[in-house]
Amino acid sequence: MARRQADEPAGLRARFGPDEPLVLDAGVALSPFQIAYQTYGRLNAEKSNAVLVCHALTGDQHVASDNPVTGKPGWWEIMIGPGKPIDTDRYFVICSNVLGGCMGTTGPASADPATGEAYGLTLPLITIPDMVRAQAMLVKRLGIDTLFCVLGGSMGGMQVLQWAAEYKDMVFSALPIATSAKHSAQNIAFHEVGRQAIMADPQWRGGRYLVEGARPSAGLAVARMAAHITYLSDMALHRKFGRRFQDRDAPTFSFDADFQVESYLRYQGEAFVERFDANSYLYVTRAMDYFDIAADHGGSLAKAFAGTKTRFCIVSFTSDWLFPTADSRQVVHALNAAGASVSFAEIASDKGHDAFLLDEPELFAITRGFLDAAARARGLAGPAG
Amino acid sequence: MTAKAEGIRPDYLHVASMIAPGSKVLDVGCGDGGLLKLLRDQKGVDGRGIELSREGVNDCVAAGLAVIQGDADTDLAFYPDDSFDVVILSQTIQATRAPRVVLEHMLRIGKRAIISFPNFGHWRLRMQLLTRGRMPASENLPYHWYDTPNIHFCTIRDFVDLVREVDAVTERSAALDRHGRAVRVHAPWWFWNLFGEQAVFKLRRKD
Repeated sequence: MARRQADEPAGLRARFGPDEPLVLDAGVALSPFQIAYQTYGRLNAEKSNAVLVCHALTGDQHVASDNPVTGKPGWWEIMIGPGKPIDTDRYFVICSNVLGGCMGTTGPASADPATGEAYGLTLPLITIPDMVRAQAMLVKRLGIDTLFCVLGGSMGGMQVLQWAAEYKDMVFSALPIATSAKHSAQNIAFHEVGRQAIMADPQWRGGRYLVEGARPSAGLAVARMAAHITYLSDMALHRKFGRRFQDRDAPTFSFDADFQVESYLRYQGEAFVERFDANSYLYVTRAMDYFDIAADHGGSLAKAFAGTKTRFCIVSFTSDWLFPTADSRQVVHALNAAGASVSFAEIASDKGHDAFLLDEPELFAITRGFLDAAARARGLAGPAG
Repeated sequence: MTAKAEGIRPDYLHVASMIAPGSKVLDVGCGDGGLLKLLRDQKGVDGRGIELSREGVNDCVAAGLAVIQGDADTDLAFYPDDSFDVVILSQTIQATRAPRVVLEHMLRIGKRAIISFPNFGHWRLRMQLLTRGRMPASENLPYHWYDTPNIHFCTIRDFVDLVREVDAVTERSAALDRHGRAVRVHAPWWFWNLFGEQAVFKLRRKD
């Protein structure tokens, strides 16, 4: 059950006590707090083969093993494992639940140690840099000075860029996928629709639903439905559903889910409320909205990456309208202006933003090629066995 | 690796001979990355590439080369001054919209610029226009006039004029025959212009 995972996650966790507070961008110190994480593969003796995978908005640390809530395979098992592009025979993969999440890292569903009740909206707002600072504390706790690679898609890609900007010496290579150095007005607008859906649900109770024993499931489901549309493309929806009816031959002249696409969205919404916390959704979407690396560096994205030695590979997808290729290009231009080593590939796909989670052989080939070349440059041994 | 990538183009060898080991190099219009791979493997060059075609870029990145998808006409503006030792434009200048601007950017971004291009002054091409009255085509220039990506052909002599106009100095140059062999080194310009199928120039800014 998702609720219990917030405080007692399945898997690994790191606790940070009063002596190690996390100073948030909101101006307050979070302490104590915990980070839930999973690892795959083995850290080598030199501690030079660690890969940090950053998850997207509603992802979690269960990237390459079964999710304890849904029982489904990890969200990127297609990419991570023995012999896969992110080869666990070769690399030590770390994935942590983000700050503000609900799968064991401190978030609004976690119990506030001061009251014993769920934080709800009393948790300070979290930013992407806060998430990354928390991850950095975990990485240091694991005794790792330099990550061989930091990679991830969407919000995970934002974290990758933030890592590269803030911890230049800790990131040997970076692979941000389907992402941007800032959240666009259109994306903020979609997030606002989702948040309003949650907050308009009477069961939300001003954010105190966990304390009051309620659940804003309807609002959260609507938020997920709206967001889900933005992850796909018109082409993908058309191919999958077209205008086909669901279990009927003619319209019912009602507001039932006559169309397959409606039924699909309703299912997506319902499945989501089983595994995600509504307040977490508010916090994490807000974190993305605030994200703007250039603004944090006097308006210059190039300045954020000045002097970087990190090897970058930027990837976008042709049909992604949430994080369009133009966003990736801006990052590439800034990295060029900073003199960074950067590759950039746009992959032809009609699957929309979600393409980075799906079976895209070109993405696998590029990931493998980029990591192999970086491994050679870092002097990492080839795949074991 | 594809067969195409294994077979080393003769003009690549000429370009490579003009580059010092360990240089930082930008290859504009790098195609499948053949030249970058050669420079990396044989000269320890720190290479970057720009390529217009998505397939070319993705092949390069999968092969571990640092290549971005981009357009020489628009993207060179984003590179800072003096950020590379050498900027290469091999067999691409004739496909750019503004060759002069591209050349100026190359000389701004790189301490040296190396340009190789097909010579439209070659006698075979001259003969086609003269005797058949048709737009010339050859093994190296297989397109029709209406579907060619090549919109700004020049001859070796034209290029030499452009070098003067952008205030650059030619450090080295060579005209190559159809097999990629250098045409007589001490021949006069008219000879190169008539018998070179392609040319390679290494330029720098005037001091």
